[in-house]
Amino acid sequence: MEAQLPPYSIKMMLPELFLFVWALVVITFDLLTRRKSGSAVGYLAMLGLVICGGILSITGYGRGFGMMFINDPVAVFFKVIFLGAAFMAIGSSFGITNRKIVNHRGEYFGLILLSTVGMMFLASSQELLSLYIGLELTTIPLFVLAGFFKDDRKSVESGIKYMIMGALSSALLLYGISFLYGLSGTTDIVQMKINLAVTQLANEGDIGVILILATVTILAGIGFKLALPPFHQWAPDVYEGSPTPIAAFLSVGSKAAGIVAFVKIMMLGLEAFYDPVMKPNDWGILVGVLAIAAMVWGNVAAVRQSNIKRMLAFSSIAQAGYIMIGMVAMNQYGLAAVGFYTFVYMFANMGAFAIVTVVEDQTGSCKISSYAGLSRTSPFLSAALAVFLLSLAGIPPLAGFFAKYYVFAAAIAMAGSSNGHTWLYWLVGVGLLTTVFALYYYANVIKTAYFAREASPYRLRPLRPALLVIAIGLLGVLIFGVVPETIVDFARDLPYYIAH
Amino acid sequence: MVEAADTGVVFWLLAAAVLISGFLVVSLKNIFHCAIFLVICLTAVAGIFLLLDAEFLAAAQVLIYVGAVSILMIFAIMLTSRLAAHNVIQTNRHAIIAFFISMVFGLGAIALIAGTHIWRLAIETLPADNIATIGKLLMTEFMLPFEVVSVLLLAAMIGAIVLARKEGS
Repeated sequence: MEAQLPPYSIKMMLPELFLFVWALVVITFDLLTRRKSGSAVGYLAMLGLVICGGILSITGYGRGFGMMFINDPVAVFFKVIFLGAAFMAIGSSFGITNRKIVNHRGEYFGLILLSTVGMMFLASSQELLSLYIGLELTTIPLFVLAGFFKDDRKSVESGIKYMIMGALSSALLLYGISFLYGLSGTTDIVQMKINLAVTQLANEGDIGVILILATVTILAGIGFKLALPPFHQWAPDVYEGSPTPIAAFLSVGSKAAGIVAFVKIMMLGLEAFYDPVMKPNDWGILVGVLAIAAMVWGNVAAVRQSNIKRMLAFSSIAQAGYIMIGMVAMNQYGLAAVGFYTFVYMFANMGAFAIVTVVEDQTGSCKISSYAGLSRTSPFLSAALAVFLLSLAGIPPLAGFFAKYYVFAAAIAMAGSSNGHTWLYWLVGVGLLTTVFALYYYANVIKTAYFAREASPYRLRPLRPALLVIAIGLLGVLIFGVVPETIVDFARDLPYYIAH
Repeated sequence: MVEAADTGVVFWLLAAAVLISGFLVVSLKNIFHCAIFLVICLTAVAGIFLLLDAEFLAAAQVLIYVGAVSILMIFAIMLTSRLAAHNVIQTNRHAIIAFFISMVFGLGAIALIAGTHIWRLAIETLPADNIATIGKLLMTEFMLPFEVVSVLLLAAMIGAIVLARKEGS
């Protein structure tokens, strides 16, 4: 029996290999220094992410392991987002690791890196099996990280809740994938697309109603990861209970991973079943409904929150809704808008969470009321928080405005392209309307910080890495607000690669 | 290969075993009994895999689920006296809604599966030595995911140790 090995091209996956080894180095370093490494282990993890980014920039595009590993512009674009999110999550973790998890610093940072490896692997897979394994490698370290404060009931609760929900969503996703495999006879996403089209032609357009079940279960599985209503119930509890930098990483890194999975399976594999005309197999409308539910429910529920982590959880649910608008705008602008939105969202959301971490480290509270009067004692951080929240709300000239603008523009262009797409106008309408709600609750935090009668009793002294994270976030939000073209030009190429 | 008529009878027996024991797992009050019925349920699933000529899956099912996971569970229950002694209530106030949603999903799935006649895989027959084929594929085409699974296991192991370790030691 002769076995044919596919060409490896290990060079293509150097960034992943490096980061995996670096995660082990970080954990070992913490052990070798007898857990007295202090901040050094955190800096080591950040250094690894920077080097990994450097390697990624010189790796170039190509394939490895046959079709198993693809480094295309889509993969590289999202890998940059994953690395950035991990970098900023680690940077804002120093306050926690210095005091709360003294015994497990190495594992804490190592698991973040391992989760990032999973995300990067997921972004490079063009095949359902490796995609699923990448998704699992992303989430399993996050279960542990969410419950990392073992003495804190809320943290443990959030870890268990996230694990049960994650297992359920993975099961749903796998169930859907199994039907796709049964229908197409392959796990290769591009081949699957071809096989499905051939089957459809051979059977006079009939592909089998089972595709509905496959689509619904896959959407539900990814919907859980993205926290799209009605699959969002876990998000506020998990964000509230888990360590704040981990909540930030969940809301950006893990969400971007879900977006990549969506792009790969739905936009690439099931592209033919996004239909302008309502047909039983059409997933465009389904995702549109999910997007509306996310925007409405996320923004309305966020208004009532008094805990800023819960508020940001609901706001991130709403943000996922806006991203979904770009997904259903299946034209050349749609994916570019999704990429740009996610990129900008990373800066604003990680920055906002970094400030929440600083405040929590010092005041021990996540209540919005504990932000009262912060503008007088900590003017820089209050201003930074205001910038991040206004960017999330989509106020010009911050980057968040252009993110929303491109998403809506893509949807409008799609809606105008033919009669079957006019329902996209509704999406844009709901999106614009809910932005008003969003502005209200974001502005409420700013109002609390700036217009309090008395100055806050706390003077915030952020650690240097946290300051670095906040500075990076500010730069990202401001620079890409003034010159969004730099990233948009890059993102604009994404659809051509996904379309093949 | 088993004759078609026999396969039918065996299949229905196994399916009944899966359903009944599965229902008992989520409804019994004694958690130890639940674990025992989980073993029966998983063994019956392995039987269904055998009927489908998927020997490798059946063996893996018995080895991993019946052999490792369930036995570990039973150990954990027996070592935790608090769990074994007390009755557990397996439902909460959402039980009725959950039942309704599950029924809609289950019946919908059955209807959709029954309404589909075009399965690409049904046309092709399994190779005679399908275990050898699986082994070959794992070492060639699917080598990368196979290797990444080991990274996944490592991450899970590190996480489990962190969570299970006593603080201050």
